[in-house]
Amino acid sequence: MDETYDVPAIKAVSGKPEGGQGRRGLLKCMVWAGTGVLWTVSGGVPQSRLIAMAEAATPGAAASAAGELSFIQISDSHIGFANPPNTDTPGTLREAIGLVTRQKADAAFMLHTGDVSQLSKPAQFDTAEQIIREAGLDVHYVPGEHDVLVDDGRAFFERFTPGAAKGWYSWDQQGVHFVALNNVQDFKAGGLGNLGAEQLAWLQKDLVERSASQPIVVLAHVPLWTVSQEWGWGTDDGAQALTLLRRFGSVTVLNGHIHQVMQKVEGSVAFHTARSTAFPQPAPGTAPSPGPIKDVPAGRLRSMLGVTRVSRVQGQSGLAIIDTPLGA
Amino acid sequence: MTRRMSLAVAVLGGLGALAASGPGARAAEAQVMIDNFSFSPAELTVAAGTHVTWTNRDDIPHTVTSREDPRVLKSPALDTGDSFAVALDTPGTHHYFCMLHPHMQGTVVVQ
Repeated sequence: MDETYDVPAIKAVSGKPEGGQGRRGLLKCMVWAGTGVLWTVSGGVPQSRLIAMAEAATPGAAASAAGELSFIQISDSHIGFANPPNTDTPGTLREAIGLVTRQKADAAFMLHTGDVSQLSKPAQFDTAEQIIREAGLDVHYVPGEHDVLVDDGRAFFERFTPGAAKGWYSWDQQGVHFVALNNVQDFKAGGLGNLGAEQLAWLQKDLVERSASQPIVVLAHVPLWTVSQEWGWGTDDGAQALTLLRRFGSVTVLNGHIHQVMQKVEGSVAFHTARSTAFPQPAPGTAPSPGPIKDVPAGRLRSMLGVTRVSRVQGQSGLAIIDTPLGA
Repeated sequence: MTRRMSLAVAVLGGLGALAASGPGARAAEAQVMIDNFSFSPAELTVAAGTHVTWTNRDDIPHTVTSREDPRVLKSPALDTGDSFAVALDTPGTHHYFCMLHPHMQGTVVVQ
């Protein structure tokens, strides 16, 4: 099945909800109100249901009943950023880690999908690492473009992807194959994110002998699908990676970079971007540039930041994804 | 400041002061501002010897990086308020972009 199912409702995280009837209208309001969305994909047919705030905030309530493997995703902590709307990015990262700690229950590990730092400075890496360590979970990182500004990212790779000098690697956990990709280096003028021939060759080799029935989770900083050509929110050779992934029955692609929740399903591939723990960015086409949303309504910043919990749902081919904001 | 080949480069923090020019010389100066993820002016024509300064006024870091090798323009990441100055002494056309946001592009023509 190749049908495309877009969920534009999620754009409401960075704007006022529009009124509307039916499920999409409801989703907009509920997302704005700070409610989690449980997203499952079964046999290529996406299903979503709302989770009341209390349920979403209860450790593992939805996940432990449904699946055997859960993990947490955080993204875009941008330690070193100190401008409106957030002059305390270590503080909001610490709040996110507090939320992770309360939610982690049986979570196997945590993912950080890049832009750990603002400027790749050792002190910024130190601060982030110290705060993230408080969650008490193993963490798998991929680099964001802000993390590889110095010396081709060597300091990031040595610290956060040990054993993977170029930032791409894979591992297996409870039957699920995880692939961490680096699509933030060797950008070409006018282009988008970039994987490169060497990484694609590695990916092909990494996947070639795997059974199509094995669930695959891919993490990369920049979306592998084109969210906005104009703002560079996509990956030039992402389609080549997706071609290698298409034969698998369940593929979940987890990205960051755009600081807002967006979801899309194409056949057996589900794409999801996570909120930042630092600052929100506008939905494509709603602002002159993709820079931070500075004029966040008073008290609303935490409704635009958050963490993501992902669970494998027993008996279903897809994964359940729950986004929880830091606050209402 | 060192002078290598035909260009001199300085990265200046904070106030964005201009690079000092050589003894007795009063080089022409030109400015490129970075606002809202774009270079302004995106196309600039200057006389040979002009000091061109880019200043980042966004809250997000950017770079000024030549599109072609060898990279005559190669700034580090410019944080908010940082400037990058180059004396462009040799006539030619320099296409450049931001390595962090490659949709940001500009051109300097040196006559």
